[in-house]
Amino acid sequence: MSNTLQIVWLIPFLPLIGFLVNGLGRKQLSKTLVGIIGSGVILASFLISVFVFLQVKNGNTAVVNYFDFINTASLKVGFNFQIDQLSSIFLLIITGIGFLIHVYSTSYMHEEDSKDFAKFFAYLNLFIFSMLLLVMGGNYIIMFIGWEGVGLCSYLLIGFWFKDANNTAAANKAFIMNRIGDFGFLLAVFWLIAKLGTTDYHAVFENVSKLSATDITGITMLLFLGAIGKSAQIPLYTWLPDAMAGPTPVSALIHAATMVTAGIYMIARSNILFTMAPATQALIAVIGLATAVVAATIALKQNDIKKVLAYSTVSQLGYMFLGLGVGAYTGAVFHVMTHAFFKALLFLGAGSVIHAMGGEQDMRKMGGLKKYMGITHITFLLGCLAIAGMPPFSGFFSKDEILAAAFTKNPIYWGVGVLTAFMTAFYMFRLYGMTFLGKFRGTHDQEHHLHESPLAITIPLIILAILAFVGGWVGIPEVFMHGGHRLEAFLEPIFAQSNILVATLGEKQELSHTTEYALMATSVIGALIALLYAANKFSKYQASTQEETGIGRVLANKWYVDEIYDAVIVKPLKSFSGFLNNIIEKKAIDGFVNGVGRAVNYGSRQIRLLQTGQVSAYMLLMVVAILILFIIQLFL
Amino acid sequence: MPINYYIFLALALFCIGIIGVLTRRNAIIIFMCIELMLNAANLLLVAFSKMHVDVNQPTAGSDAQIFVFFIMVVAAAEVSVGLAIIVMLYRNIHSVDVNFLNRLKN
Repeated sequence: MSNTLQIVWLIPFLPLIGFLVNGLGRKQLSKTLVGIIGSGVILASFLISVFVFLQVKNGNTAVVNYFDFINTASLKVGFNFQIDQLSSIFLLIITGIGFLIHVYSTSYMHEEDSKDFAKFFAYLNLFIFSMLLLVMGGNYIIMFIGWEGVGLCSYLLIGFWFKDANNTAAANKAFIMNRIGDFGFLLAVFWLIAKLGTTDYHAVFENVSKLSATDITGITMLLFLGAIGKSAQIPLYTWLPDAMAGPTPVSALIHAATMVTAGIYMIARSNILFTMAPATQALIAVIGLATAVVAATIALKQNDIKKVLAYSTVSQLGYMFLGLGVGAYTGAVFHVMTHAFFKALLFLGAGSVIHAMGGEQDMRKMGGLKKYMGITHITFLLGCLAIAGMPPFSGFFSKDEILAAAFTKNPIYWGVGVLTAFMTAFYMFRLYGMTFLGKFRGTHDQEHHLHESPLAITIPLIILAILAFVGGWVGIPEVFMHGGHRLEAFLEPIFAQSNILVATLGEKQELSHTTEYALMATSVIGALIALLYAANKFSKYQASTQEETGIGRVLANKWYVDEIYDAVIVKPLKSFSGFLNNIIEKKAIDGFVNGVGRAVNYGSRQIRLLQTGQVSAYMLLMVVAILILFIIQLFL
Repeated sequence: MPINYYIFLALALFCIGIIGVLTRRNAIIIFMCIELMLNAANLLLVAFSKMHVDVNQPTAGSDAQIFVFFIMVVAAAEVSVGLAIIVMLYRNIHSVDVNFLNRLKN
């Protein structure tokens, strides 16, 4: 094949090389070299991704097949990459933001041992490799390899500082919760294979009409279960806030910008299946909305700077699922993109703050950092404005698109969504106010230590801030500018099948321009009031010893969800395993095994008596045995 | 002579051989009894071979006689090994009584 897209294998291959070199050479390589290799391979991947993106933009899409991955009589799975509009956008996000975060990490992780430093970059590279495999794969099996790979890397990186037992517990939690989702994903793939005998996207989507309604609903429900686990939705979201135990660049890369969006990518990729399963779509919308609200309420009362951002990530992911659920696939992908910009920015900004505070994450001990950290402050403020949905920042456009689609589907969705947007504005500016405004509340030592972070940290912040500012302009809604939504036009081929289906069912309704203006105005003005109030209130924040009461206390304790899970699932499971260990394992299985041993011992002691050592006795036995055989032969 | 005579003779020799093996304790006699059994079988083979002789088919029954030669060869080989064992037995325990050979007991 002479297709120029043939070279796409380099995109995931380079990070894999980086992983191997850094991983194997972690004892020999110096920190500088590790940083250059680790970031360099990602930069190279990014450049190839840009090239691929330009190719795709000119209409050159392809499924590039390399070799047979599984080849049996009834099932053939090729190792192929699907390069099209959707995957090329994700390639840009992953490698682009990934590169910035690698650069950031060279400074942020600099205090680690050179061995650990190399290990960290090896893990990061492996993560990028898995994530690229996930989005590039041309069938569900290749996607699943990446899907598992990112889960593994997330586990490794959350538990990077594994000497603290809390971190390992968080890593285990993330891994186990992801496994629950993976199980659903696997079942869905098996179901597809059983019904269609293929997992290639093209083949599946073309033959989708051969599936019965039950099949489609079942498959999409199971796929959605996979997405719930990976993208931290109710009821499996609790791992994501705990995942903040990892180093901050990891939180930014994995737990905000890329991995958690895998579920959204998967559903957007399979959009036709989901469009044909209205029941699943309704469920997705409801779960997404519920997650958005619940996580936003929890974020209102958290005091750990990273926890606030983590819950806001969960909440924004809920938004994306709401978008998927109401059929606004473009909106969801758009929000993935803008969210990747501003959430990576916010996390890296938070990392910069934590760095300056000497590892302190409690916002009650911060305050007034505006004076000390100019660049971090400005970029962080831009990120906050973007996530709060202020025009013309990127978050406004993507959020608005999802909300408008939700309104068309059901105004209640819109109402709850807007409420969440207000809360988002509130808690983000509570965070901003407590951190950057007011007076410094930390110790003298910390105040003395405060400084702006080095260039390797501030440059990624600046680039991300620019992206968070202008990133939304690729999707300007129709009401402002005709043909302004270039992203939608670009992604059109991906969602064409779904759009046609929706059009034939006649479900698509257009909002009038006045309604749309009204909706936007409501959300923007509400969010503006919320953010001004919060920024004003929390700039005067004083640490109080007063205990939280009522609903505030419930929120500060995250609705007691962890405690409920502990009581409902973990404790019974532990006592059940205790039962298995003490009764089934020790009594039944060990008893059986020991019993077999004892029986053999006893039996052989009896049979041993036959062995007299007398030759004639043996002879007699032999003759008798021959006679018996004769008799059997003759008479039976 | 009818074939029955040969069969009865062979049977008698074989039974004598078995009883000898089972009851006697002297290793050399046991050995001789084994030979007796082998030769009982040889006798039967030859007898049946003779019975099947046919003028039209000169080779009929001849394979049994060849078989007999093989058995003789095997028996001769067995005797040489067996006698060697018995000699070693005598050197070790100064007896050829098989009842002393019970060291494998239990």
